Amino acid sequence: MLPSYASPVERVWFYLFRGFNILVLVFLVSPLLAIIPLSFSADSFLVYPIKELSLRWYEEFFTSGEWTRALMNSFIVAPAATLIATALGTLAAVGLTSSEFPGKSLIMSILISPMVVPVVIVGVGAYLFMAPLGLTNNYFGLILVHAALGVPFVVITVSATLKGFNVNLMKASANLGAGPLTTFRRVVMPLIAPGVISGALFAFATSFDEVVVTLFLAGPEQVTLPRQMFSGIKENISPAIAAAATVLILFSIALLLTLEWLRGRAERIRTLQR
Amino acid sequence: MSESFSMNTPLTAADGVPLKTRLQQQRRMRQLKALLLVLPLALFLLLTFLVPIATLLTRSVDNPEVVSVLRETTQALKPWDGKSLPAVAVYDALSRDLQRAQAEKTVPDAAKRLNMEQSGFRSLLQKTARKIPLAPEAGQSTRDAFIALDERWGDVSHWQVIARNGSSWTPYYLMSSLDLRQGADGKPELVPEDERAFLSIFGRTLWMSFWVTVWCLALGYPLAYWLATLPTRKSNLLMILVLLPFWTSVLVRVASWIVLLQSEGLVNGALLWLGIVDAPLELAFNRTGVYIAMVHILLPFVILPAYSVMKSIPPSYMRAAISLGDHPFAAFWKIYFPQTIAGVAAGALLVFIMCIGYYITPALLGSPQEQMVSYYVAFYTNVTINWGMAAALGSLLLLATLLLYGLYSRLVGANRLSLG
Amino acid sequence: MNMIKKSVALAVIAGFALPALAGKSITVISFGGANKAAQEVAFYQPFEKTSGIEVTAGDYNGEMAKIKAMVDAGKATWDVVEVESPELLRGCEEGLFEKINWAKVGNKADFVKPAVSECGVGIFVWSTAMAYNADKLKVAPTSWKDFWDVKKFPGKRGLRKGAKYTLEFALMADGVPANQVYKVLGTKAGVDRAFKMLTQLKPHIQWWEAGAQPPQFLASGDVVMSSAYNGRIDAAQKDGKNLKVVWNQSIYDVDSWAIPKSAKSAEATQFIAFASKAEQQKNYASQIAYGPTNTKAIKLLPAKVAANLPTDPANLKGALAIDVGFWVDNGEDLEQRFNAWAAR
Repeated sequence: MLPSYASPVERVWFYLFRGFNILVLVFLVSPLLAIIPLSFSADSFLVYPIKELSLRWYEEFFTSGEWTRALMNSFIVAPAATLIATALGTLAAVGLTSSEFPGKSLIMSILISPMVVPVVIVGVGAYLFMAPLGLTNNYFGLILVHAALGVPFVVITVSATLKGFNVNLMKASANLGAGPLTTFRRVVMPLIAPGVISGALFAFATSFDEVVVTLFLAGPEQVTLPRQMFSGIKENISPAIAAAATVLILFSIALLLTLEWLRGRAERIRTLQR
Repeated sequence: MSESFSMNTPLTAADGVPLKTRLQQQRRMRQLKALLLVLPLALFLLLTFLVPIATLLTRSVDNPEVVSVLRETTQALKPWDGKSLPAVAVYDALSRDLQRAQAEKTVPDAAKRLNMEQSGFRSLLQKTARKIPLAPEAGQSTRDAFIALDERWGDVSHWQVIARNGSSWTPYYLMSSLDLRQGADGKPELVPEDERAFLSIFGRTLWMSFWVTVWCLALGYPLAYWLATLPTRKSNLLMILVLLPFWTSVLVRVASWIVLLQSEGLVNGALLWLGIVDAPLELAFNRTGVYIAMVHILLPFVILPAYSVMKSIPPSYMRAAISLGDHPFAAFWKIYFPQTIAGVAAGALLVFIMCIGYYITPALLGSPQEQMVSYYVAFYTNVTINWGMAAALGSLLLLATLLLYGLYSRLVGANRLSLG
Repeated sequence: MNMIKKSVALAVIAGFALPALAGKSITVISFGGANKAAQEVAFYQPFEKTSGIEVTAGDYNGEMAKIKAMVDAGKATWDVVEVESPELLRGCEEGLFEKINWAKVGNKADFVKPAVSECGVGIFVWSTAMAYNADKLKVAPTSWKDFWDVKKFPGKRGLRKGAKYTLEFALMADGVPANQVYKVLGTKAGVDRAFKMLTQLKPHIQWWEAGAQPPQFLASGDVVMSSAYNGRIDAAQKDGKNLKVVWNQSIYDVDSWAIPKSAKSAEATQFIAFASKAEQQKNYASQIAYGPTNTKAIKLLPAKVAANLPTDPANLKGALAIDVGFWVDNGEDLEQRFNAWAAR
């Protein structure tokens, strides 16, 4: 905070700096706020000013075949991809942190690479590879590739949690007569659960927000919410997009709150361990 | 097992195995177990991610069309000197190839491939195939009959194109991706000015990514600093404003920016109302719009790592420097800033890496002059069905990404990556 | 561990079981937007009712890649696709589409000539024309010359991001009469001439890709004029926007149904036959201003609706039919050159 003895220059600088940062924060949230009112517009084009209020676009979003199918698909593909990514990613993270072995950092780099490889390359590669196998226009192929894209997040978050993990706890459990499975289930799992869940949330969000791979792999039956929005923005810009956007913003608020709550819980567990 | 004890005898475990061996065995067991845990994921990624990408890469040099459709012709052309007209036997081979291809409906494949290197070849080949088998008049060779049908069959350059594709792999796509072609002397040369496109597209991709990164740093660094110096409760609250857009779907944000930036959008409305401008500015569907949306999407990726680095720097360092007589700016520049460089640079590099692969935002908010390499990968895949070209552009993009990722791993260490 | 196993099993089941659950159904792919909405009402819903076959509707932007990949794999999941005529002819040559069983579709003589071909059945006649927002322009533009005149009509213009139609418009703006356009475009000098005209206008062009964009651009004031599909402008008019079509120097074409190889061709043919009936075609044309290909349907339409269609004699005056053969031969070259030019 600004001390009372600050010089005028310091004072001006302080307010300028604060003003600048507030503007940046406004820049960050303004688009989210700008689109919400449009979802209540009765007009069929996505423009201000709103002449008449209406809930017709919410009705369209929740009743039209296209949007409900997209919503349903998103809730099929994302959870399935999340489950695969979380299961495989957690196992791998446990393996990677439990022991040193040659080539470990290379393996780690490869496991994380789906996060950095341009997604168009993943999409085209998967498309040309899977089309002859009959895995395009099909839920299965889409879920597999979405899972691959979500894996790095699980590996990173679970590894991070495991690093703060006290190995003595496992030894203590073993000393007290628990088998490795019981130890994993009753000691390790509760401790790394926040990491696993936040990794899973990242994986979920990745799949839930993914559009490029979906563009290539999904047929009309597999159109997901972002894919539907993509053609909406490109083709028929109607306020139904705004309604979908509003619903998605509410959903991301829920995700964010869950994650923050988990983070708080993880902090508390970590302090308990010490 | 051991007859005598001496100082040289190694220590043994309870079952008599030397302790060193035993420990090593156990270490190996642990390593094996660890590998077994990693194995399912490794296999999964191999099948869903690595193999598809590797297959894509091979397509950038794959050249099956001409060799398989004009099998006999390409064989017959092997001994050809490349300067004079080919022997009559070559024309005979072509005649047989076309007859077979016509029956198998594969003429368009070869025609399309040859047309890429010499325009007009598609219609030439299809026209010829429709007339096959040719009936040479008395005293006419097959060669004469071909040339009588279309004089381009008497042109060496068309034969050079077929001969060049007599191998099942080709540098053509990769060279085209760099605006190169095989000149008449066989050496690579730049294509004529009005056909050049890709060098400038690669340049533009890097240039736009550079500016997005710079803007992210310029807006994100001060904000991260401010948040890091605020009391925790306040900064946590403001952090939500950073995290909320981060968790919101990219498409939602692009749609919002269209609403804000289009010529009758909110920003223009506000500017007109305030009297700052008297005609709407062009903000969407050009570079300004793409920059604004990309900076918005990538800003949190600079703010979050910068914030966590800055949080770990004890404020007492700055205070000490100031109380020792440094001006606050000097103290910041000499003491604080250097400690943040590594973390912030890593964040910036990550933003740059993500930028060069961007597709959706420029596709929805930009004009053709804003499209980056990814767009052309998708364009060649979907629109012109030129998968070789898509693969070649993709390979070069992947190469650039992996080089930068390697740099990033050296800077940060892949296993030290963390998420907010 | 148990939970994880169960979840993986669930995911696998979700992947396999869902597509299998569907009953007898076909997938119909169209160009989306207002066109798809009209097809929904005129074709899909009544077809579902009368045949009991469920229609899954999807849209695309005319990319042949997906069809080629499906046909190559021998597992086409798109059963009926709406295609433009150059794509239809090329796809037919390359063996992407099944031959149409005309005996099951209807009497060839009932259809306008370009609607009848080996691999396709015409759905409607449509037109790419100039459109403008009459609220923003005081003087109405009348030709592509006006479109290029940025002094008389200041502001941005919308054009489709592609060589097709754009090159023809550029030549007409340069004074080439409609019936000479393809002759001029057939020469290297003619193509250069078209690109030169486009380069002149380039700073004022805002490109569009999907048919729904031009009315949106016009309504929001992003552009003052645009090339557009006439049906989309008509749909926006019905929505209360004051948009107008300039029929002079427009280009018309026929969109057709095609059946990708290895698709469910029996059900697909059944659908095509249904959609080609006069009654359905009439309903479609009353939903969106595209002309029926079934000549019997034209007679069923009220005069007021018919006057808005590309098939109306008054609208055909000064219009130009697309040269399908020209685009099949030169399409790829010109699109490639266009793409390199646009990116610059």
